Amino acid sequence: MATFTLPKNSTIGTGKTYKAEPGATNVKSFKIYRFDPDTGENPRYDTYELDLDKCGPMVLDALIKIKNETDTTLTFRRSCREGICGSCAMNIDGMNTLACLKPIEDVKKADVRITPLPHMPVVKDLVPDLSQIYAQLRSVEPWLKSDTAPPPDGERLQSKEERAKLDGLWECILCFCCSTACPSYWWNGDRYLGPAVLLQAYRWIADSRDEATGERLDNLEDPFRLYRCHTIMNCTATCPKGLNPAEAIGSIKSMMVERQS
Amino acid sequence: MSEQHSAIRLQSALGRVRGYGSARGGTHHWWVQRVTSMALLPLTLWFILSVAGHTGATHAEIVLWIGRPLNAVLLLSFIAISFQHAASGMQVVLEDYVRGEMKRVMAILVVKALCWILGLLAALSVLRIAI
Repeated sequence: MATFTLPKNSTIGTGKTYKAEPGATNVKSFKIYRFDPDTGENPRYDTYELDLDKCGPMVLDALIKIKNETDTTLTFRRSCREGICGSCAMNIDGMNTLACLKPIEDVKKADVRITPLPHMPVVKDLVPDLSQIYAQLRSVEPWLKSDTAPPPDGERLQSKEERAKLDGLWECILCFCCSTACPSYWWNGDRYLGPAVLLQAYRWIADSRDEATGERLDNLEDPFRLYRCHTIMNCTATCPKGLNPAEAIGSIKSMMVERQS
Repeated sequence: MSEQHSAIRLQSALGRVRGYGSARGGTHHWWVQRVTSMALLPLTLWFILSVAGHTGATHAEIVLWIGRPLNAVLLLSFIAISFQHAASGMQVVLEDYVRGEMKRVMAILVVKALCWILGLLAALSVLRIAI
């Protein structure tokens, strides 16, 4: 059966608490998942108390402040700090999102609980191993495939209507909040491609300049690669960019039926 | 796909993901599930209302009702579509949750056999009354 409980070596213990500096008035505590594969110890939650008056507004600001001033061993990915690169995807207060787009004040609970993206192997602390999901992205060949040579004097043309079909698809930044929020991806992530990769696949299926639509549909037509999607909609609910991967998957399924009828 | 987590695997991630390639299937199964669920909406409503309408009826009255051609045909449709829908729905659940190729295939076959036998039993019961 699928595993619904954490294995013994993954149960999370209680770690250290780093108190706020004396005199701090606007204190919020951050409960952060810590795991170091080199120690052989179970993961733990470390608690960091921060004075919000001396911290930026977003959760990423808090993480950077902790790393700079309190605990340099805290490990996480981040780059652009403005919701474009997708590096700082993590689970904050029970929801996958980008730390850089998540205001601390949105978390009403006493603790801001931060864990890595769910159900992925953890490299260290908040850094998940994404090699499988990157391979899945590569398997859908997310690039333009065309046998027709481009016009010698310019780019491949697309009408405004054709281009409009890509809206809601091209904005995906591949943070994988959606795929790692999907129960079907948790249980069958080895074979199910997951919402992020299927949205990317549809981005090329929907592109009027691409000539490999049939080949792409062939490649997806599989009980596990595509049809593990049961429209649970966690993907759409969690997307920090407000995209709708469930709708993209629905469009792929419609095309599958359409080409048979 | 093998489930040998204990074995050392040096195959590349892309190799694992590509696996045996696409099964080129699943669309029919998915579509049949949708069609049967749509067919079951009116049929289930009709079945529930009919049964509720016969509250307190005698055995003879029920037998007479089942024996009418339209009722018998609708009942047979309800039975066939229900069991087909149940079997394909259970297949999806088992594919979702059961690990291991052999266990999964066996579980699906057992469920399909059960649905087949129960469906035939129910259909035969209606036919014995109706014919």
